Amino acid sequence: MDFFIQLFTDPLGFYSAHQLLISQVGINALLTLSMYITLNCGMLTLANVGFMAVGAYISVLLGLNTSVPFPAAMLIGGLAATLLAVPIGLPVLRLSGIFLAIATIGFGQVVVGVILNVPATGEGQGLINIEASPATAINYIFGGLVVVAFVLWRLRGTRLGQAWAAIREDEVAAEAHGINVARYRLIAFVLGAFVAGCAGGLDAHLNFIIAPSEYQFTRVVGVLVFAVAGGFTNVVGPIIGATVLTSLPEILRFARDYRDLINGVVLILVILFLPRGIAGGRRPGGRGRLMALWRWPRSGPATS
Amino acid sequence: MTGRLLTQLAAQAPSFYLQQGLNGIFSGSVYALFAVGYTLVFGVLDILNLAHSAVFMAGAVLALIFFANFGLPFWLAVVLAIAICGAIGYGLDLVAFRPLRRRGAPHISSLITSIAVALIFVSLAENNFGANSQRYPASVAPDASFHVGGVVIDQLSILILLVTLGLMAVLAVVIRRTRPGRAIRAVAENPRAAALMGINVDRTIALTLVISSALGGLAGILYGLSAHDISPYIGRDQVELKGLAVIVVGGMGSITGAVVAGYLLGLIEVVALVTLGSNVRTGVAFAVLFLALVLFPSGLFGRRRERRT
Repeated sequence: MDFFIQLFTDPLGFYSAHQLLISQVGINALLTLSMYITLNCGMLTLANVGFMAVGAYISVLLGLNTSVPFPAAMLIGGLAATLLAVPIGLPVLRLSGIFLAIATIGFGQVVVGVILNVPATGEGQGLINIEASPATAINYIFGGLVVVAFVLWRLRGTRLGQAWAAIREDEVAAEAHGINVARYRLIAFVLGAFVAGCAGGLDAHLNFIIAPSEYQFTRVVGVLVFAVAGGFTNVVGPIIGATVLTSLPEILRFARDYRDLINGVVLILVILFLPRGIAGGRRPGGRGRLMALWRWPRSGPATS
Repeated sequence: MTGRLLTQLAAQAPSFYLQQGLNGIFSGSVYALFAVGYTLVFGVLDILNLAHSAVFMAGAVLALIFFANFGLPFWLAVVLAIAICGAIGYGLDLVAFRPLRRRGAPHISSLITSIAVALIFVSLAENNFGANSQRYPASVAPDASFHVGGVVIDQLSILILLVTLGLMAVLAVVIRRTRPGRAIRAVAENPRAAALMGINVDRTIALTLVISSALGGLAGILYGLSAHDISPYIGRDQVELKGLAVIVVGGMGSITGAVVAGYLLGLIEVVALVTLGSNVRTGVAFAVLFLALVLFPSGLFGRRRERRT
């Protein structure tokens, strides 16, 4: 309760007491948005944390070994993730549904494997990032979050956004209407990689140590959970999902030992009682293709 | 570097390779047993049950608790742990899958609820068992070993191999020949048609989850016996993703495929360990997975399925 009382009675004190938590909320929101981009185009890809790791290591290595200033190093890290996403995406995006998800999980694990075997990355030990600066990172994080959320929101009405929506609703129909499905899916994948790569750079600027253990499968699962719990029918859902679920452990501090248990119960309750996520909205659409792909084959007339 | 490694390898006696091969087969047994349950549920429900790795962990942990804290004989502890894992499978369907199925919810929702169940079990284990790695006392497992032509084979590994192969044979007969087995195959093929033929779909799915979870729990116990490592994290760290690789390479939903790919993964890991060192062990599994998905999207034994709607 103290958490909320302080939030409303003493916002400035709250901000300084919880600065790290607020920054982590921002990072998680960015990661969830990067997953939203691909979900919004009807694909479940789980490579985000792999791209995040690429962005983080490249920006930290640049910061430690060259005189490139931070924001530039972060953007270069993001661009490196983007460039890597093209050769990964070309073969992998031919898959769909759960197969696409599994192939992209594989990518994340290979990235961790590479980090563990390349001496420049500090291998299992990780790297100490003396350039990190949590106090300035928070500004970049929320600046970035605002830009990404705004761009994604505005994209909905553009040709690109419409193409994504069409592919999500029905891939075959979209193809028949002259939309180059492969190209638009690749654009979504690559854009998601850019956002995830930048989030990695920002995360590394927040923490003084980066290590391969931070980029494991559990973290991708966490991001997916944020997206589904918040709802991915609009840009606000992923942000709300990330905010609520990242702050939950802090709110429930008194039950710290049972944190994951409570997270699990909350998740089940959200899925069972808020099927479109916390911020799902009333729009009956948004199930479309992704949902059709994942729908239980025996769905009754009430749902189809 | 590579050249020196190759000369080193060439200098090894043939028994060295035989030994490594056997080690691969023994660790492959656990992967196979775990993956069979994983793939069975995928075949029937078309969803990934990410709680399967938590059930694997629960089997190992429960057997140790029953044995060490309740003082039961080890065989009874094992039987009880497997029974409870089966019950967990039933509960999993009741809480995480059935309500969503009723509603025709997207499959991604079941994926998330299964993750949630896994979180709950890992957290329960952390709080009641402790986060540290423990082991079964040495007295519970046969520890004799034979030396055959320079190769060391311990009884435990033989036991694990026999149990795995025996159970696979029983499972194959049950699935092919018995009434519940036929019901499982019918539901896997088409739930709606199965329902029209008078099959109780909900009960069949629950049965599938019970079988799958009991196998998963047993796999956990065997892993605990052979790796001497029991902690709340063994499911997540040791088999969750490798199991995924195994069922994809074997062909989603194919039991034979899961068994073959499980042993294959055990062997591939040993080859990677011997030639490239221990760091690449997990990476190799995923490199294989990645290639398998891109080159043979239906797996080694999968039926070709139309993936477009």
